[in-house]
Amino acid sequence: MHSVIQRFHRLALALPLALGLAQTAGAETVARYGISMADIPLTTGQPDRGAGAYQFTGHTLYDPLVAWEANVGTRPGKLVPGLATDWKSDPKEPKKWTFNLRKGVKFHDGSSFNADAVVWNLDKVLNDKSPQFDAKQSAQVRPRIPSIASYKKVSDTAVEITTKEVDALFPYQLPWFLISSPVQWEKLGHDWGKVAFQPSGTGPFRLDKLVPRERAELVKNVAYWDTKRLAKTDRIVLLPIPDALTRANALLSGQVDLIETPPPDVLPQLQKGGFKVVTNVTPHVWPYHFSTQPGSPWTDIRVRKAANLAIDRDAIVKLLNGLATPAKGQLDPSSPWFGKPTFAIKYDLAQARALMAQAGYSKDKPLKAKVIIAQGGTGQMLSLPMNEFIQQSLAEVGIAIDFEVVELENLYLHWRSGAKADMNAGKGITAINLGYVTADPFYALTRFMDSHYIAPNGVNWGGLSDPKVDATLDQVRTTFDTKKQDALLASLHQTMVDQALMLWVVHDVNPHALSPKVKQFVQAQHWFQDLTTIGM
Amino acid sequence: MLAYLLRRLLYTLPIALGVTLLSFLLVYIAPGDPLNAIAPADAPAEVVTALKSAYGLDKPLPVQYGLWLTRAVQGDLGVSIASGRTVRSEVLSAVKNTLILAAFAALLGMVAGVVLGAIAGNHIGGAADRFASGLSVLGVSIPHYWLGLVLTIIFSVWLDWLPAMGAGPGSSAAGGNAWAWDWAHFRHLILPGVTLCVIPMGIVTRTVRALVAETLQQEFVTALWARGLGRLAVFRHVAKNALPTILAVAGLQLGYLMGGSILVETVFAWPGTGFLLNTAIFQRDIPLLQGTILVLCMFFVALNLLVDVLQPLIDPRMRRV
Repeated sequence: MHSVIQRFHRLALALPLALGLAQTAGAETVARYGISMADIPLTTGQPDRGAGAYQFTGHTLYDPLVAWEANVGTRPGKLVPGLATDWKSDPKEPKKWTFNLRKGVKFHDGSSFNADAVVWNLDKVLNDKSPQFDAKQSAQVRPRIPSIASYKKVSDTAVEITTKEVDALFPYQLPWFLISSPVQWEKLGHDWGKVAFQPSGTGPFRLDKLVPRERAELVKNVAYWDTKRLAKTDRIVLLPIPDALTRANALLSGQVDLIETPPPDVLPQLQKGGFKVVTNVTPHVWPYHFSTQPGSPWTDIRVRKAANLAIDRDAIVKLLNGLATPAKGQLDPSSPWFGKPTFAIKYDLAQARALMAQAGYSKDKPLKAKVIIAQGGTGQMLSLPMNEFIQQSLAEVGIAIDFEVVELENLYLHWRSGAKADMNAGKGITAINLGYVTADPFYALTRFMDSHYIAPNGVNWGGLSDPKVDATLDQVRTTFDTKKQDALLASLHQTMVDQALMLWVVHDVNPHALSPKVKQFVQAQHWFQDLTTIGM
Repeated sequence: MLAYLLRRLLYTLPIALGVTLLSFLLVYIAPGDPLNAIAPADAPAEVVTALKSAYGLDKPLPVQYGLWLTRAVQGDLGVSIASGRTVRSEVLSAVKNTLILAAFAALLGMVAGVVLGAIAGNHIGGAADRFASGLSVLGVSIPHYWLGLVLTIIFSVWLDWLPAMGAGPGSSAAGGNAWAWDWAHFRHLILPGVTLCVIPMGIVTRTVRALVAETLQQEFVTALWARGLGRLAVFRHVAKNALPTILAVAGLQLGYLMGGSILVETVFAWPGTGFLLNTAIFQRDIPLLQGTILVLCMFFVALNLLVDVLQPLIDPRMRRV
């Protein structure tokens, strides 16, 4: 009898435990993510709203042919196989690239991924005569894949892409180009509007629900082809909360589990409340981009160097409550393309004043310049206080700057138009302050240094035209050996820093704040983040 | 009355036309480029040119406006440049959310305003008057943005009583985001509603206070007292006299609230017209901006018309022929 009672007791104790475990095992894990955008980025295949949007509706729902390694945080990521298992350029005809495709991959709708799907997707964004052409998706990705001249299917598992010029950096363009399902588009009556609500890619998440401007719910794709990147959370709810303080309040009140870009002044409260603030090296720089046009005060290298030596970057980092790192150049020193510049970017007032004196200026007889800045906006960090800090710092060495303050959208117009344009040169504007993404060689270096990209062809805003730089860039494009390519890119960055082509201030660290419920999150050293790493 | 109504309806046409023309011109005068909503900031010139052509932005301004107007009169407000969704669906879902918020805030503001105004008007110069007037001044002067943040910090962050943002249940298992009059949804409405109600509360308090004080001075009220009517009966007469003006003020306030407060809706991430306008303005999304402003303008005109129709029903002296 005693043993019966004992057994009953054991059972009574074990049953709730077993039921509890069963419930835990079956319960859906949900991460609610407060994002800084005012709307959910485009879900049809090519996200809008910039590089930061790819982590939400880009690399979650879709895959590129060549992917960016975004699930490591301890070192810079690199290009890794995506839907293409390998790729190479033809040694005899280097403009021709062959991509061997991954076999057995299925879209979320069950259809197969193959070479036809790749060609169909390329037509979708590059061929405006194709029925599936989508101007909106095209607008997002066409500027990111400028090298493509033509493409064709070689077999069911291989495609050939020909570039306009020999371009060894071409694979860096491909993480931007995502593959969506042709079958789903057919099924939904050739209507991209409907596809937006029922998209189908091959990515680690499927879209379960989309309420414009309110939420998108992504659910784990259990059949994802890359088992190493299976999502650690069953469901991720993306909630657009554009106001930074509101995002922080939502996190503090438990309405969301993680947020991006918490406001710097809330950090102490977050940390005190047990929330974790995660940051990492991020390919971003907050610079003054100088005009090299005749008449610009920045044509004198002594002035450019003096400006770089006049800024106490540690103080700016303090102003940002630690949410930045001092810039030593266009790139972070951990970048493989940083090189070994001889000009050390640091705070050295005496040297800065000496350089200005050599150039014929002093605090009493200052050099005057006008800089166009934004009052705020994405990537601009704390624009006004930081600019005022720079203004005061430069005044200390004899550079008196005036600001032309505009809205960010308007600043883009000035940027695209180039320093020589009447809207800039005509108003005496000789420098522009705009946060730059520096994620790959094109974004970090080429577009600012190559004379072919002087406005209106690109954003070499200052109008830099240096035959030696152009020659090195040509060499980079024809060098397919990665190590040699990295060395050439490093030499370009060295030139950039040694010539002090910009005034580099700080790098963003892309902060995220996590509630204690979030057990895992790998923050990549990139704007592309991997949401599969979020574990609750 | 019918002729009056028809005449008023006809008046709405030039008003709507004027509003659309003005908003169209303002958007174009403002610096910036609608293509920023769709193309990356560093898009090369060839891409920008192709997009301008695809969206008809390369046509002369009068032609663009004419095309938009032709479609709008047929009920087609176009497609949002930024999202690619129809402006009609975008605006309708936002209007629904703003209507819920505005109606709640208006109700709170009106009730509080009428009560405070009546008390103050009845005790001019007294402590109750000073208190009510003080609250009224505070209501119209306090910055919305600041009040919203303070309320959120107190009731969401410190006390954890109410949600800090959004319009619907946070649970993904709840399914759908359609509004329902249950506690799970209603609790999201309280903080933005209270934040938004302070202005109508202040204005209605001031209006009612002045009206009650003025009416109480009139001879017919003295006559009512002289006839031995009770306090409540006299107040009923006073209220009846004040009601048409209160209604007109209330209608206007509801109209303003329907416009959606850009700041309040942004602070609370409330997906209404203010939030929508905020996005459209910063993205220079002209079709969305045009469509939203047009629909809001029509709401305002319709509310004014409704007030004009209701006023004579309450006060026969205002009856039109």
